[in-house]
This record gives sequence, C-alpha cells and structure tokens, in this order.
Amino acid sequence: MKYARLVWVNLMRNKRRTILTTISVAAALFLFVALRSVNTTLDEARDVGSESRMVVRNAISVVFSLPEAYYNWLTTVPGVSRVTWGNWFHGIYQDPRDFFPSFGVDVDGYFDIYFEMVVPEDQKQAFLRERTAAMVGTGLMERFGWRLGQTINLTSMIYSPDQSWPFTIRAVYTPIPGWTDEAFYFHYDYLYEMSEWTQPGWYVLELEDPSLAATVATTIDEHYENSRFATRTETERAFQSGMVSMYGNVGLLMNAVGIAVFFAILLVAANAMMMSGRERTSEVAVLKTLGYSDRLLFGLVVIEAAIITVVGGALGVFGAKVLFEGTGFQGMGFLPGFEVKLSTAAVGMAIAILLGLISGLVPAWQAARLPVAHTLRRVA
Amino acid sequence: MALLEIRDLSKVYYRDTQKIPVFEDIDLDIEAGEFLVLMGPSGSGKTTLLNLVAGLDEPTTGTISVGGEKVTAMSRRQLAAWRSDHVGFIFQLYNLLPVLTAFQNVELPLLLTHLSKSERRDHVNTALDVVGLSDRADHFPRQLSGGQEQRVAIARAIVSDPTLILADEPTGDLDAKSADEVLTLLQRLNGEFNKTILLVTHDQRAADRGHAVMHLDKGVLTR
Repeated sequence: MKYARLVWVNLMRNKRRTILTTISVAAALFLFVALRSVNTTLDEARDVGSESRMVVRNAISVVFSLPEAYYNWLTTVPGVSRVTWGNWFHGIYQDPRDFFPSFGVDVDGYFDIYFEMVVPEDQKQAFLRERTAAMVGTGLMERFGWRLGQTINLTSMIYSPDQSWPFTIRAVYTPIPGWTDEAFYFHYDYLYEMSEWTQPGWYVLELEDPSLAATVATTIDEHYENSRFATRTETERAFQSGMVSMYGNVGLLMNAVGIAVFFAILLVAANAMMMSGRERTSEVAVLKTLGYSDRLLFGLVVIEAAIITVVGGALGVFGAKVLFEGTGFQGMGFLPGFEVKLSTAAVGMAIAILLGLISGLVPAWQAARLPVAHTLRRVA
Repeated sequence: MALLEIRDLSKVYYRDTQKIPVFEDIDLDIEAGEFLVLMGPSGSGKTTLLNLVAGLDEPTTGTISVGGEKVTAMSRRQLAAWRSDHVGFIFQLYNLLPVLTAFQNVELPLLLTHLSKSERRDHVNTALDVVGLSDRADHFPRQLSGGQEQRVAIARAIVSDPTLILADEPTGDLDAKSADEVLTLLQRLNGEFNKTILLVTHDQRAADRGHAVMHLDKGVLTR
C-alpha cells in the first residue's frame, strides 16, 4: 500500500494517455463480452426446446412445407397425445430492419402445447375469436409502442412481399424465463386464406412420454419415407439445435473476432506502457540509486499496467452487462434470454488481468534490467 | 580501518573490440567522517568511480569495501538493499521525481524501510528541516528554484541516515549563491552530523570546502 501513491502518480502523469488506453481496453472487453454472450445464448437456445415435444419437418429442409393431410394420420401415431402446426411468416413492420419472428399457427392447438407463453384468458379468447387477430410478446409491444386493440400492417418476405397484411393485436403474452418475448403469432387460417398455396411448415407433436421419442420418430419417418414429402422427425431440442446451426458457425466467427480484438488491444496497451516506461527511464535509474530493487520496480510497472487494463476491463464487462440486461436486448427475437453470464464476466476480467500482465511485462523487464550508470550518464 | 577501502580498482570499457581503459589499479581510503573532494578533467573517470563505490556499475578488477562489507562481491539484489541502507546519492541535475512533492520525494528511500507512516513523516520533516525547506514540503519540483531542488535532493540523500554520501557535481547546475548554500549545507552535514562525504566536482570553491582533495587524471589518482 505504501507504494500506491507512486503507482497512482505515474498513472496520472499523462492523464490523456491513461484515459484513452483505459477506454480502448473497455471497448475491447465490451465487444468481447458481447460476442461471447451471443455464443452462450445460442448454446442455450439449443437447449430451449422441450424433450416432450417433437417436430416433424420436411426431410429436405425446414424451408419446404408438409401437406395438411398429414395432420390426421399424425394424431393416430401411438405415443402422440396432441398435434399442432405452424408456419414461418417472416413478417416486417414498416422497415426491413424492424424484423422479428412471426408465425402463422394452428391457434386451436398451438397454445395448449406451448405452456411457455402466459396469456390472460379474456385476451386469449379474443385472439381465438378473430381471424386477423395477433398475439404478441411483451418485448415486441414495448419495442414498437404497440397497444392492445391496435391494428398494424405487416409485409412478408415470403408471402406476396408487395401485399400488406393487417393484424389486430388482441392478446399479449408474457414468456417464462428463457423464452422469447419478441414473437408474433396469428391464425394459420388467415395465412391460408390470403395465400392458397400455403401448407404447414412443420408439425409439433406432444408426447405421452419423452422416452417414446425414438419410436415415434421412426414410425413417422418410415411411414412417409417413400412419399413426395418425406419427413424428418426429431425432438424439439434437436430441431432447435438445427435451427441455431443455420446461423452458420457463429461460434467460430465470434471466437475469431474475439481473439483479433484481444491481440489488437494487447498491442495498444503494450505500446502505451512502453511509451510510459521510456519517458521515465531516468527516474527508474534514480530509484535504483535510492535502493529500489529490480524485483520491486518490475512489480510496480506490472501493477500499473494491470490497473489500467483491470479498470478498463471492469468498465467494458460490467458496462456490457448493465447495457444489455438493462435494455432487455434479444437480438430482434433471435436471442431470447440474452444475458451476460457471470462466467462470461469472469472470463472477461481474467482476460483484462492477463492483458495487464502481458502488456506490462516488457516495460517492467526493461525497468528491472536498466543499466543505472549508463542511464545516469546519458541523462547528465 | 577506513570506512571506504578501494583496492587495485580498474575499469575498462569496450567499444566493439576496442579497449578503453578509464583507470587502472586505483587505491583509495576514506575515513569515517571525512569530506573528500575528487577533482579532475571531464572524462577522467570521476563519475565512474562514484558509480562503482555506489555499486551502480561493476569494476573490471579490484575491490571496494564500505564499513567492512565487500560491495564488489554483492549480487544486484544485495546491492539494492545495501544502497538503501548505506548510500545517499546527490546528482548534478537533482533528479527529483516531478510528479511528487518535496515531501514525497524525500520520503522515497523510507518506503523501502519498515518505518510506519508517522515515523516516516517525522524523518522527512527532520530532513527537510535540516536543509531549511520545511515550508516547501508540499511544493512540486517545478515550483522550486534550482538551489531549493538540490536541497530537497540532499534531504532525500540523508533521510535514511546513510553511512556514505556520494555527490556528483552537486553545484554544477547552480548559480554562485545557491552553490554556496549547498556547499555550506554539505559542510554542516559533515561537521555537525559527522557524515562521510565523497564529492566529485570541477569547482575549486567546492573543493575548498573538503578536508582533502584528490585528482584523477589519465587514470591516475593523486593527492
């Protein structure tokens, strides 16, 4: 502690450089934490689906639909208690950037299976009664400032992009934790009526017992194996995992960007510390004449570097946590439950400390090994 | 037995393969309480000799002992601890840390000791009082005159009560009046506090303040 003042005055010697270096570390750690949080959220999204629900989709790709006629037979498969279906609408509100997940669903069965969305009964009934009604998540309502009963117009990137689709918001759902609050649901019948070539995008099955999943999948896929619309049946969790995989290798991309950021900021911090060290060469020599040991000077320089990176890291890491969680960021509904986990914050802070140690290493070593007599002669 | 004993001391610098001898086989004794002045032309090796005595440089051959301890046999770590306990160094250009006040500059050597904060404060105040700058304790070096800066540097050199004070051209950057004050102060430290001083200078007025003067020229040390 008695050396704290010495460390502090050296940090404050060039305030602008110290502040700029701290900000650059904060920005880098903010980015790192955000990227890593996307990864952890996507990883969790794979686990969001239920093991007691299965998804039947087109064997070629989820992009291709399935016949409505499959519904009746699916309800007869042993082990299946309920069947419903949905379709991807890809709706846009006013601006293509105002994207959110939107689905035309079998409203009679869909919300019985999906218990994750809590809706007041009167609103649910109002939603079921009206063909052009929509059920919207709380986050989406807040994002666009919509209100219950309001009529809004969406366009679809899939169904007649030039056509405007009016919807009246009749219900607002509150999700359980981990489920998106930015989804938009409406009647599949409305979709069918406006676009007659529509078929279900996928079927959702509720199982009597999750242990029957393998048998049910085999039964269904074998049944349709030689049909024009062969199926692929998998648990919802596996289906979700497949959907996440459609983003591509996001993890690799995020990690690559994170590593690039780490090295860039390492060079910035190391350069700042080297400059700071060079300016104080004669002072280090003087301290040595006073009896300051190589080890002590080494430690003081490393601590100085670590303070910059730890303060910057804390600003970046906790800034990201406060910002993302305070604004309820969900990546336009694709990253439900997005949060900066404590483990991510801990990794960010560990990186900040590591940055400090590495960036301080060279100037600290130079300070420790400084030839005093030679330096003093040069100064004189 | 002398406080400082230098035996057969040689220093040679090498520039690539070229050998540049500074001095060879020097012997020197300084008694405790002595004020010895070392003079000589530029490049004669005065500062090199001072650095060797302080353990800031390594001799090519020979030995240096202070108070019976062989400085030339110490490791870097041992030398740092030894300097902290036994050497007070005064530079021509004062070499105060510009970001610290006079008080904080004087306190620097005491941070290496086990003294408490209040003990350190007492020692620093005493040292500043000795050099007559108690009222400037909170001033930064840029707020002091050259003479005052050098007096703060002297306070820093004596605050840990060292065995030996080494002064390298302490008046070289001062006007006549300030130089006189600094030399009077050094004389007082020697006479009143019995400090052993080895002073390197070009200045004959400074040389007149010492007990004895030695000349180093062309590698030869003479009285």
